[in-house]
Amino acid sequence: MAILEVENLYKSFGQTQVLKGINFSLEQGQALAIIGASGSGKTTLLRCLNFLERPDQGVIRINGKVLFDAGDPATQREVEIRKKRLNFGLVFQSFHLFPQYTVLKNVTLAGELLAKEQSGRKAAQREIEEQARGLLEQMGLSEKVDAYPHQLSGGQQQRVAIARALALRPNILCFDEPTSALDPELTGEVLRVIRSLAEKKTTMVIVTHEMAFARDVADHIIFMDDGVVVEEGCPQDLISNPKEERTRQFLSRFSNESTWKQN
Amino acid sequence: MTNLSVIMARLLEAFQLNCQLFLLTLLFALPLGLVVAFGSMSRFRPLSILTKTVVWIIRGTPLMLQILIIYFAPGLLGLGSPWKAGTGGRLFAATVAFVINYACYFSEIYRGGIQGVSRGQTEAGQVLGMTKSQIFFKVTLLQVVKRILPAMANEVITLVKDTSLARIISNKEIIMMAQEYTAKGLIWPLFSTGLFFLAFVGGLTLLFNWLEKKLDYFRA
Ligand SMILES: Nc1ncnc2c1ncn2[C@@H]1O[C@H](COP(=O)(O)OP(=O)(O)OP(=O)(O)O)[C@@H](O)[C@H]1O
Ligand SMILES: [Mg+2]
Repeated sequence: MAILEVENLYKSFGQTQVLKGINFSLEQGQALAIIGASGSGKTTLLRCLNFLERPDQGVIRINGKVLFDAGDPATQREVEIRKKRLNFGLVFQSFHLFPQYTVLKNVTLAGELLAKEQSGRKAAQREIEEQARGLLEQMGLSEKVDAYPHQLSGGQQQRVAIARALALRPNILCFDEPTSALDPELTGEVLRVIRSLAEKKTTMVIVTHEMAFARDVADHIIFMDDGVVVEEGCPQDLISNPKEERTRQFLSRFSNESTWKQN
Repeated sequence: MTNLSVIMARLLEAFQLNCQLFLLTLLFALPLGLVVAFGSMSRFRPLSILTKTVVWIIRGTPLMLQILIIYFAPGLLGLGSPWKAGTGGRLFAATVAFVINYACYFSEIYRGGIQGVSRGQTEAGQVLGMTKSQIFFKVTLLQVVKRILPAMANEVITLVKDTSLARIISNKEIIMMAQEYTAKGLIWPLFSTGLFFLAFVGGLTLLFNWLEKKLDYFRA
């Protein structure tokens, strides 16, 4: 059974229809890449999954259970939305680390606050910190645990943001163009980290403009245009042999050599 | 010589009223300003319009006028004066006027500071499952404090000097005290009141510089 099912998702901002009936599903342990032109609604889709926007229509299911149903107010209560969010993690394009906290504290803060609400404080504290150190080591940031965000490069900041999102053990980790805000020479280190997460079978939704990366890392790929899923399939097939004209047009923009080199 | 020390002692005593008014104003206006700021940022339109109008009126009229109105208007309008007769009542009335006035100024500074912190910070907290209050206290607040510190320093220093306006309803603060001597032909007490203000403001400047240094360890 799919871990995530999105059914008929609609979202408008005022008069602008941004999502016009999005459908897809995702299996446990798989990486889904979403590609599409600027303004096609990719960010809006991720924001809906993370309850930063409320869809006008549609259903979101996790492991077959309804997480959100636009037609059922009982699935939209504020208190529960907070908990439901924890099914997802979100890595933003521009990191949004908390500037006043060290790298370690950035990773532990949310977990500490949750633990405090649930009691069991002292024991949890040590566990949370150990887990955070482990994650940061995995991100290659062991030496930076006591640094502040402004002392890090963009690539390092984004890796901290990934560790921060992983610390709450989300079922599904979402990335919104995780390398778009980075200097070209820094994208590699972030893509490598995401690639290693894919190898560990982390369930992920990755919005990206890095076509080679999407082709090599994703298990499944979706091409979005103008608020709908135009085409989806196995990344190799879709990228090398698109069926839809719109997909072909979009991909032709990435046809120069450098886009396809391995990261 | 004794004359000098007697007069200085009396000026110092009068300056305590300035200090009292200063501290009371900060004590109440700092938190009240936050309430006003949230009011003016409210998504409930009538509340934000009402709050913004009040802030506009308070910031658009002289503090001296506000003190006079708050002190005299209730009695003269036949509502019965809420202020007790005597020094206590007059200080109380002045404090109320100062608190309202400064809360409005602080609210605008807070508002700018809060709106200046990127939406991304709030959203980062939200996706990590934090509550609204956790986000405000653990994520936003310190960034806001850092951003508004220079503007707050200005405002607080202005407050020190504004406290002398309380004499308009016969609160015997330091300048009013010095004027008693001016009436007797002595000018130096008036000059020396300036030293009190300078010393106080100097101390505050050091305090704010220290605070700014303290928050220098991160960028917001
Ligand atoms: N809060 C909002 N209010 C109004 N319009 C919005 C809002 N958020 C997004 N939009 C509009 O929705 C459309 C889709 O935006 P979205 O950010 O989802 O696209 P995207 O596919 O992520 O694009 P990009 O590749 O540039 O990041 C755009 O036309 C955008 O202007
Ligand atoms: Mg986007």
